[in-house]
Amino acid sequence: MKPQPRKSARFYPWLDERLGLSAILEVARHKQVPQHQHSIWYYLGGMTLFLYLVQVVTGILLLLYYRPTAEAAFESVEFIMSEVPFGWLVRSIHSWSANLMIFFLFVHMFSVFFMKGYRKPREITWISGALLLFLCLAFGFSGYLLPWNRLAFFATKVGTDILGEIPIIGGFLLEWSRGGQEVCGATLTRFFGIHVAILPMVAALALSIHLVMVQKHGMSVPISIERSGKPIAQMPFFPNFALRDAIGWTLTLGLLVLLASIFPWELGQKADPLASAPAGIRPEWFFLFSFQTLKYIPGKIWFINGELLGIAGFGLGALALILVPFLDRRAQRNQRGKLVGAIGVVVLIYMIVFTVLGFVAE
Amino acid sequence: MSRLVSPGALRLLAAGILLGLCPAAAGETDNSCIDCHTSLADKRLREPAVASKEDVHFRRGLFCHSCHGGNPARGYIENVPALAHSPGDGWQGVPKAREIPDFCAGCHGDVEYMKKYNPNLRVDQLLEYRSSQHGKLLVQGDEKVAQCVSCHGVHGILQAADSRSPVHRSNIPGTCGHCHADPGYMRDYSISTDQLAEYTRSVHGKLLLEEGDAAAPACNDCHGNHGATPLGLTSIAYACGECHALNRDLFNQSPHKAAYEEMELGECITCHGHHDIEKTSDEMIGVGDESMCITCHEEDDAGYHAAKFMRAQLDSLVAIIEEAARLLHRAERGGVDVKAGKFDLQKPMSALIRARGAVHHFDPRKLAEIVHPGIAQARIVEEVGEAALHDLKMRRVGLAFSIPIILLVALGLYLKIRRLESSPRSR
Amino acid sequence: MNTDSTSNAISDSTGKVSRRSFLDLFLGGGIATLAAAAVYPVLRFITPPKLPEAIQSSVVAAKVGELKPNSGKIFRFGKEPGILVLTVSGKYRAFAATCTHLDCTVQYRPDLKEIWCACHNGHYDLNGKNVSGPPPAPLESYEVTVQGENIIVSKV
Repeated sequence: MKPQPRKSARFYPWLDERLGLSAILEVARHKQVPQHQHSIWYYLGGMTLFLYLVQVVTGILLLLYYRPTAEAAFESVEFIMSEVPFGWLVRSIHSWSANLMIFFLFVHMFSVFFMKGYRKPREITWISGALLLFLCLAFGFSGYLLPWNRLAFFATKVGTDILGEIPIIGGFLLEWSRGGQEVCGATLTRFFGIHVAILPMVAALALSIHLVMVQKHGMSVPISIERSGKPIAQMPFFPNFALRDAIGWTLTLGLLVLLASIFPWELGQKADPLASAPAGIRPEWFFLFSFQTLKYIPGKIWFINGELLGIAGFGLGALALILVPFLDRRAQRNQRGKLVGAIGVVVLIYMIVFTVLGFVAE
Repeated sequence: MSRLVSPGALRLLAAGILLGLCPAAAGETDNSCIDCHTSLADKRLREPAVASKEDVHFRRGLFCHSCHGGNPARGYIENVPALAHSPGDGWQGVPKAREIPDFCAGCHGDVEYMKKYNPNLRVDQLLEYRSSQHGKLLVQGDEKVAQCVSCHGVHGILQAADSRSPVHRSNIPGTCGHCHADPGYMRDYSISTDQLAEYTRSVHGKLLLEEGDAAAPACNDCHGNHGATPLGLTSIAYACGECHALNRDLFNQSPHKAAYEEMELGECITCHGHHDIEKTSDEMIGVGDESMCITCHEEDDAGYHAAKFMRAQLDSLVAIIEEAARLLHRAERGGVDVKAGKFDLQKPMSALIRARGAVHHFDPRKLAEIVHPGIAQARIVEEVGEAALHDLKMRRVGLAFSIPIILLVALGLYLKIRRLESSPRSR
Repeated sequence: MNTDSTSNAISDSTGKVSRRSFLDLFLGGGIATLAAAAVYPVLRFITPPKLPEAIQSSVVAAKVGELKPNSGKIFRFGKEPGILVLTVSGKYRAFAATCTHLDCTVQYRPDLKEIWCACHNGHYDLNGKNVSGPPPAPLESYEVTVQGENIIVSKV
């Protein structure tokens, strides 16, 4: 009699019959990653994804103790930092990982941009990615307020003030985001709902589209390499690329643990709506370049309000970012072109310079 | 304040003006004094009438004639202003400086009269004034000294509780200083004129004049109001002890009490000064250069040793509290909770505050009774701080444990990749 | 010729583990340890700490019967001291025990039937009002509720 496979070996076929796992695994087994001089950048998307997952896990853990009201939010974070076992670790990892995630997200976006990975047929991948960028910035902005400390309170006030400057819809946006006219307990509750429910839901959707598209179309290869005609070396995703990914993820985990232990995230003082703003209020670093730009724009340019012009500029910039695949005609035709890349370099330098200025300028 | 024009000249001037210039019609008030005088060209005659509207007496229905005599009604009725000033109606005119205390006391010293207006008001001001240096000199004919109107004003008198009044507590230093800080004015008297300057610099002056703290003493709180005198030696301690009761009691139980009496030293002021009282510091105790003790005590006498010992005790308590606070702060900065430690730190801090007061016992043993428990309490806080820092260290240990594991896993992955890709199948 | 990728498979007759599966063991062990090092803090995290509440808006200051009439007790309220007094007439009163003068901790004086600060002789009446001495302001008042055998003090 044929020996029966062990119980554990019978488990996989049982699942496969019901979930169709083997089809998925077949696809996975054949997934290839192109290898060329620029393929080092391919790791960045996965890094960002890893950090996002860290945020989800640590965020859910924090949810077990956090209280989203003006009376209790600060104290609950203080409680997490001091009384909850390893609370300090979870909270500091969450804060550090948020910043690292946004950093890697920007690097990932710029690398895809310069490699023109947005050209046909990957336009939807790009658009979902741009959407993910805005969602993550919204995650950062909404999450920053949640500890309800002084810095965050005023940063939120300034940020929503700027929202209010947008013509026509500005007033509505300001009231809707603040849950009232002023930044208050209602704002906190609202930001909390946005941060833990609305944004995760939308991000899950955008992320699914983004990842499915990446699986469907594979990694894009720079135009020059594609047109050179030479055969492009390929590396199997499983296990080779995946293992390399894993090294990156492991080392990033180590970095997070190190940062959380040596540079624990500060809590500061509880927000006091009646107190005056402390000197040197600024938004988080990833908003700094735009904040600094708005500071430099003169009050009036011609007859238009300067700040309004600045906001319009950024709005247009965001729109341009989403529409890059359609604006870069040469890339659409798979032709090499220097213009779009050059614009990207200028934008990158501008963002870096103004971020640095935001830190060092008075 | 006898800078007024001599009363005689004033009468002459008034008569002349009245006969010439005063309008005869009835004005806004039914008081012809006010109506007439407020429209006079001469400032000296006009201002009293203008100021009187706010006057506390006016508000209670006591008008010009209540003090000066005369009959304002006649100023209208018979259309001859000078009749309002008729001596027949009791017109007294402007009293001489010498006459003013009795003038005011005519009402203010009359118990039955004052009861009608405010039963709480004192009626012994004249009695007190006569006992004061001002009162004594005035009786002898010195018209430069202060009398009632010098401090209270004359027309437009406000109650002392009114912050615009020159005798409101925050204005008193300036009012007294108006004369006492003026070297030119005071040149005929043998007292110094630096009291106001010293007081303004002092801890009491800063509290009253800068912080607006009504608990701080002004000149009258120590020297008295109407009976103002320089303080005698024993009365100084009572004056200070009115507020600083605990220190007074401790001092009275100390060996210094008898010694100071014998040496005729002022009790509090010998160490603390009187107008120029500074914020106290631990430097005042001990045998260092800044200390008060070595002013009298010589090296190796009993007091010298006691001073040295007491200072050492205070210093040791301060040192251990600071050390404990430092530990807590370090732990807090590292991210560890120190609420319990901060709570416990209140006990030794209270002990330090009590110890600094207890110095007035000048007895090292009594001081030790407060300092030693304080030190023990601070030691407990130190332990809490050490425990918090230990927590911090444990986090580092955890880190030192996890980082190698992570690095080893990364290394293992790397080796696995190398192994995989060195075999022909991966090509 | 064995060109199999399993050329480094276990072939040694002495039973020594080959380099390849040693690597697998090493990697597997490392990953397992890392997983454990990650799961342990998470498990500890989700275990409720001794002090389950973040905000101390109320605290059990004493048990019924602990205080005799005309006596007081210092208790801890969050990180501040509080004072619980049982008056002669049998009423409980509770206040913040930090003197409003220079932050010393006050105490109950049965002889004066007042709350007193030893540092500079400040007196407060049994409504917390500063009645004599340097304190510039009254003591913060707390609410007292008796629940069963617990005397609970809470912020107003």
